[in-house]
Amino acid sequence: MTELAMATESDQPAVTRRGFWRAVRRRPTFWLCSVVIGLLALISLAPGWFAGWFGSGDPADCDLLSSALGPAAGHPFGYDLQGCDIYSGVIYGTRTSVSVGVLTTAACLVVALVLGTVAGYFGGWVDSVLARLTDVFLGFPFLLGAVVVLGSLNDRGPVTVSLVLALFSWPSMARLVRTCVRQVRDAEYVMSARAMGLRNSRILLRYVLPAAMGPVFALSTILVGAVIVAESTLTFLGVGLQSPSISWGLQLASAQAQFDNYPHMLVFPSVFLTVTVLSLIALGDLLRDVLNPRTR
Amino acid sequence: MLRPVLQRVGELLIVFFGVTFLIYAMVFALKGDPIATLAGDRPLPASVVATLRARYHLDDPLWQQYVRYLNGLLHFDLGTDFTGRSVAARMASRWPTTIVLALTAWALEVFFGCALGLIAGLTHGRVPDRLILLGTVLVSSVPIFVVAVTAQLGLGVRLGWFPIAGTREGWPAAFILPAAVIAIFGLAAVSRLMRGSVIDSLESDYVRTLWAKGLSARRVVGVHVLRNAGIPVLTFLAVDLGYLLGGAIVVEGIFNMPGIGGLLFQAIRNHEGPTVVGVSTALILIFLVLSALVDIINSALDPRMRRA
Repeated sequence: MTELAMATESDQPAVTRRGFWRAVRRRPTFWLCSVVIGLLALISLAPGWFAGWFGSGDPADCDLLSSALGPAAGHPFGYDLQGCDIYSGVIYGTRTSVSVGVLTTAACLVVALVLGTVAGYFGGWVDSVLARLTDVFLGFPFLLGAVVVLGSLNDRGPVTVSLVLALFSWPSMARLVRTCVRQVRDAEYVMSARAMGLRNSRILLRYVLPAAMGPVFALSTILVGAVIVAESTLTFLGVGLQSPSISWGLQLASAQAQFDNYPHMLVFPSVFLTVTVLSLIALGDLLRDVLNPRTR
Repeated sequence: MLRPVLQRVGELLIVFFGVTFLIYAMVFALKGDPIATLAGDRPLPASVVATLRARYHLDDPLWQQYVRYLNGLLHFDLGTDFTGRSVAARMASRWPTTIVLALTAWALEVFFGCALGLIAGLTHGRVPDRLILLGTVLVSSVPIFVVAVTAQLGLGVRLGWFPIAGTREGWPAAFILPAAVIAIFGLAAVSRLMRGSVIDSLESDYVRTLWAKGLSARRVVGVHVLRNAGIPVLTFLAVDLGYLLGGAIVVEGIFNMPGIGGLLFQAIRNHEGPTVVGVSTALILIFLVLSALVDIINSALDPRMRRA
């Protein structure tokens, strides 16, 4: 995830809200991705309603007699090895996978905003310590670190997995926040706020942090997608989520062993995962382009 | 010359202590009472507990235990697995497969990544550029194991173009498909970096001068643009080789290759905790040393990279 962070850093000021809308309004990619992401958000909020569309809405209502059968009436995606409806599994899996992505990103954001702002605004020893700390985390492959930590945990629910993923993803975000904060720290409008005698907290919240919001939002969007992929890969390796959780990663992990005979078990969750991650990454890329005129 | 080297070595040491402490704290210190785990359901006699605690130094302060662990690492002691074999010895015979696989993947990534990036950069904003961007983003949104399983089934089992698993067919036959799967995932970053630096070079003053001088497009792009655009890409690729060494876990596991990644894959699957930790630690340390070496070589080659 290092490259992502580096590519987002720039020395351009943020664009205004109106300029942002003007740049984004005419891009079909923006609307397409937003619609997909909005739909996924709805699915995650109310999976029960979506799952019920074809009649059988309960992913835990399984019948071994229909094990691995292909698409049938009422079961558009077919059944998995345990005879569970794949469609409702994918719908409920959306909630888990998206929550892991969002939760991880939210945890990263909190840590990164606090540490990045303090380091970027006040500098000094806090800054050096943070720089070394991010070096440590960015200095080795994400996957290996996650394997070591997750492998030593026995109980891995969505919250645990999210926290471990966040442990390894916050540094790139913190670095980005720090860079953005440093860019505006000595800007004239910040100096004038300081000259007016405003408190540090008010200067930071009102004047400094808004400048960091654009790039941070772009990176967050990409991060949600990257985390969803990472979760599925870790789950496939056997150190990610465990049943009774239902996630795309778990569905894919159990489906890949039977891919040869029953490809439908792998195809449908893969399509959902890929479309989700693709829209998140594409939207993040687009936002980064728009919010950062230099890379256009 | 000496200063940047020392600085980089200093950074390496900080990261080394940070990473090993992180692993130590996560894996060994927070795991609860190891003796109780060993004993299972029935309580052990107090004398046995005392002997075991003394033998494994469990009553020493945490920092002494960490120092002991570090000392072992520096002597290539990565621990022993459940059957008493040393993890380092089990890794030893598996290096060749992983190195060959990583180098093959790397070669594919360098070639296709640079070619795609160059095409995209030269057709900046037009259809080929858009298509390449779409393709690389699409590829990076599919989990690597899905691609690996699909390639194995489609090109290996159904079409029979490549061996399905194992390394018995030798290089290149048995290595091309797994290497291609690994390379696909690095492709996006390489081609994007190459595209960016080709665009930057094309817009720079010296290229305008070359055009004005009347040089042919082939010479401008082939000699001047490519050479300058290649520098950041090469730096990235060198570090990427380290990632490939570790990133082969999934692919070696799926294609059943007897490499380090395959060992780690099986260890995770069989819940062999000590092997997982030992192998990952070794890979992380190798990665740290490799990336420090790359930086030092870079600063020797290109004076602009030296940080004063």
